[in-house]
Amino acid sequence: MAFRSFGPTAAAATAIAVTLAMAAPAQAVTEIQWWHAMTGGNNEVVVKLANDFNASQSDYKVVPAYKGSYPDTMNAGIAAFRAGNAPHIMQVFEVGTATMMSATGAVKPVYKLMQETGETFDPNAYLPAITGYYSTSKGEMLSFPFNSSSMVMWVNLDALKKAGITEIPKTWPQVFDDAKKLKAAGYATCGFSTAWVTWANLEQLSAWHNVPLASKANGLDGFDTKLEFNGPVQIKHLEKLIELQKDKTYDYSGRTNAGEGRFTSGECPLFLTSSGFFGNVKSQAKFNWTNAPMPYYPDVQGAPQNSIIGGASLWVMGGKTPEEYKGVAKFLAFLSDTDRQVAIHKASGYLPITKAAYEKAKADGFYNEQPYLETPIKELTNKPPTENSRGLRLGNMVQLRDLWAEEIEQALAGKKTAKEALDAAVTRGNTMLRQFEKTAVR
Amino acid sequence: MLKQAVFQSKLLPYLLVLPQLAVVLVFFYWPAGQAVIQSFLMQDAFGLSTVFVWFDNYRELLADPDYFAAILRTFAFSFAIALSSLSLALLLAVMADRPLRGSTFYRTLLIWPYAVAPPVVGVLWIFMLNPSLGVIAHGLRALGIDWNPLLDGHQAALLIILAAAWKQISYNFLFFLAGLQAIPASVIEAAAIDGARPMRRFWTIIFPLLSPTIFFLIVVNVVYAFFETFGIIDTMTRGGPAKATETLVYKVYSDGLLGGNLGSSAAQSVILMGIVIALTAFQFRFVERKVNY
Repeated sequence: MAFRSFGPTAAAATAIAVTLAMAAPAQAVTEIQWWHAMTGGNNEVVVKLANDFNASQSDYKVVPAYKGSYPDTMNAGIAAFRAGNAPHIMQVFEVGTATMMSATGAVKPVYKLMQETGETFDPNAYLPAITGYYSTSKGEMLSFPFNSSSMVMWVNLDALKKAGITEIPKTWPQVFDDAKKLKAAGYATCGFSTAWVTWANLEQLSAWHNVPLASKANGLDGFDTKLEFNGPVQIKHLEKLIELQKDKTYDYSGRTNAGEGRFTSGECPLFLTSSGFFGNVKSQAKFNWTNAPMPYYPDVQGAPQNSIIGGASLWVMGGKTPEEYKGVAKFLAFLSDTDRQVAIHKASGYLPITKAAYEKAKADGFYNEQPYLETPIKELTNKPPTENSRGLRLGNMVQLRDLWAEEIEQALAGKKTAKEALDAAVTRGNTMLRQFEKTAVR
Repeated sequence: MLKQAVFQSKLLPYLLVLPQLAVVLVFFYWPAGQAVIQSFLMQDAFGLSTVFVWFDNYRELLADPDYFAAILRTFAFSFAIALSSLSLALLLAVMADRPLRGSTFYRTLLIWPYAVAPPVVGVLWIFMLNPSLGVIAHGLRALGIDWNPLLDGHQAALLIILAAAWKQISYNFLFFLAGLQAIPASVIEAAAIDGARPMRRFWTIIFPLLSPTIFFLIVVNVVYAFFETFGIIDTMTRGGPAKATETLVYKVYSDGLLGGNLGSSAAQSVILMGIVIALTAFQFRFVERKVNY
């Protein structure tokens, strides 16, 4: 009988296998293990960065290793840490931030690492809209932003033309009207939609309208945060989605990015998802396309505020030698280099993380040719971040998102009203947050 | 009757079973023991702080209506999967048992799906039934059916049952076919000469003689539905929409690996192990008595 236990045994077994696989002969150079979740073109970017760094000096060698999807990579890292041989650098997606942060002793905050090793590090050189997500409320950088994106609205220009729409919609009411026109013009199964249902319709929506998702600056100021996204803005938005779901003016596309193909296939002419979708749109869409900032409700005061980031950051793991840390710090300084940041930005479509790199890309005229790559940066830097739009830091975020999605799914299926669904999502989510608070190391 | 083997030395038989024992110890008893220990602890994901909490994890589970819903759901799924795949496989096996031209070819085709890994099965069915891409989904829409498993829990459950049962049909077919071929032709011929029609021959002779095979397959199918459907659920619905396809084994995974709540996840594993042990024991005690060997 097959019986699976996902306990520490599995962790130990993985770790043993990993150790065996990595048993390399002793060398004078210090090896830096870098575990990541990048595939395809982005994997090549990672490998190239490591090779360039290794070629630039002879004391340290960065060894990148692909560990599967974001959750897989995080689990592999946690399992390796429990077995006592974590990698030096681990790429963790933004929703894993709280889990990593709570692990005092398991991770080495980046600002501390830079202080201790004496590497050049100017916190002010980075775009606050990006680093804010990975910093304490005092502005101390905990992890190093590696690949950042934000949410934008992808637009099928040919479809708009077909429906006689002359302007790309800027506000939600305009999107609803245009989606109805598009539906009448032959896009019968989906006027508009979003991937990442909670990221789009709760997390980004709240930040973009400067309303709280959770107390304590969305959890950035403490694990004793309570969810607050059952306010009038979010309820109104969900009510609208429920109403439009009935005749498919809006059509639900699932919890992850699995529905993104509906845009590139031409089924959904307006589609909200990550700016990181750029590579796929470029290679697959057989129509004229562009992207635009997320829509907003003009009657909400102060909207649009600024968007929050997605993507992943690099965490430095704890318990390594000073010599190894020196190498990690040098590598992070290497990554912050302006020209290198510009190159990463151009190759992957992910955002540059330093002000200087952004300015340089602008000066090069890069955005004149590809304006859609600037949309997420414009969204992120639209206004100085507030308590509601610096970012979010909620424990068990992967499961929280599933739980919120469950409630939204029930509302869209007509089993609950928008208010009932969001109230339930808040109540159930708070129970989970308290559970996390109990286990989090302080 | 079992043959009695007589060994000269006392040690040899133990030596001979040692490798098998070692495998079972390392791959079953040790992890299972670890799960039991873990279920009494509360830990953060990194294992930095460990608190011994006795039965707290179990208490929390049993106070959670979601957990009972998952238990009921798992049983419903198992029943539906076992029933549909067993009955279809039996039908196919009876059909394939005839002296047909090219029967080997048909049999091979019927056995084929067994070689497909569960996650791949999930992906294949998603391709056919995805609301926006699927071939079958387009057909259903053309018939005026509002096919949307992303939002409709019943449709999502149907999707999982379909895919899981389809994969298991091959396995059941193989055993049924072997069982059918072990039935002496003379018995059936005698019945035929006495004027028994095919249906009557099936229910009075073939079916009772197949009962050991059926019993064995029920056990296997239930265990399959409990555990092996994980890959299908993960690729097709990830437990959604709104938990409509979250079975016990998927919950263990999502609480433990996605949620980092290892204590609760381990407690669930232990309960799951208990359920399956009880099920199997129950079947062997009560069902086996009614089986003619």
